[in-house]
Amino acid sequence: MSKRTANSAAPLPLAPPPSLWRLFVAFFIMGGTSLGGGVIAYLRTGLVMRYRWLDDEHFVELMAISQSLPGLNATNMSILAGDRLRGWPGALVAGLGMCLPGASLMTAAAFAYGIGGDDPASKAFLRAIAAGAVGLISVVLVQLGAKMLTEFADYIFVALTAGLVAFLHVPVPYAMIGVGALAIWWHRPRKAGPGKAAEAPGKEPAP
Amino acid sequence: MKQFAELAGVFGYLSLLTVGGGMAAFPELKQLTVETYHWVTFPELMHYYSLGQLAPGPNMMMVASIGAQVAGLPGAAVVLVAFILPTGLLTFGIGRLWNRLANWPWRPAVQRGIGSVAVGLVLAGGIVLARGALSGPFYIVLAVLVFLLLIRTKINPAIPIVLSGAIGLGVYFFG
Repeated sequence: MSKRTANSAAPLPLAPPPSLWRLFVAFFIMGGTSLGGGVIAYLRTGLVMRYRWLDDEHFVELMAISQSLPGLNATNMSILAGDRLRGWPGALVAGLGMCLPGASLMTAAAFAYGIGGDDPASKAFLRAIAAGAVGLISVVLVQLGAKMLTEFADYIFVALTAGLVAFLHVPVPYAMIGVGALAIWWHRPRKAGPGKAAEAPGKEPAP
Repeated sequence: MKQFAELAGVFGYLSLLTVGGGMAAFPELKQLTVETYHWVTFPELMHYYSLGQLAPGPNMMMVASIGAQVAGLPGAAVVLVAFILPTGLLTFGIGRLWNRLANWPWRPAVQRGIGSVAVGLVLAGGIVLARGALSGPFYIVLAVLVFLLLIRTKINPAIPIVLSGAIGLGVYFFG
């Protein structure tokens, strides 16, 4: 993740944890300005660069937890960062602040859709952005894959999961538990041999 | 009342499937909201999903739209709480356990195993979405263009999404 940019030079000291109100406002602003997905990038800009509430090391650690647990990554990140900064009340206001702007807008969108959803022009608009969304999800997939898949077997697990769910219509929990158990067993900790699988997954930054 | 319980049950369940991102829950989201409960049609679901890409914050806040369409503001509130609270509490708890898990020998295995499955689920979601959305050569070209633009540049993803909508409108009026 970490790029070889200037942020590794001379780390500034962290700022003191903010008040709950400031925490809420900061997450509300990040939740309201992070257009078009990729909220994690906005969170890093805010938490690490602008407010200096977390350093990069902590940020990456929290991101790893967020991504391996169910729940939306951005919401999970907000909860974990809020907890670090102000305990459980911090987790609560950070999560709320992150979700409120988008949730209010999408609720309003449902009412607007009820009024204009059958209009052929808005249908043409929505169908075209659905096609655009397929392009966007493909990009997310490629980037996620580049980060998470380190050996050939990983691609088999991906194909197996996707095939079971999208083509054979296996319910997601079964596919998740079945393929998940197989994949975890494949990567199981081995006794320290010439040490291939015993070490942590490759985290080297891309060249 | 029964409807609120159903909304809460469905979205609480869906939230548990969102490992690696909201898209992982899309196949099951379609199955339950379109085919089982008939809360929305598939085109409506795709439209909300796409609009969700334009809204700020986590992209799956579009679940609020489904709740609002089914049962107005209370519906949206029930869906949001059901979708966010259980996994939020789980994350909160695991976050606090994390330091103790740090030396657990199985942790890298679990992380990598879940990682592959998560990518597979996002792929499955993408396939389900593409089946509905790419209904002709025009839409396929749009999707490919957005893909190429986003993979090669660092622009805000909302820009090509809005542009696709504009192109769709342009073709509708002038095509």
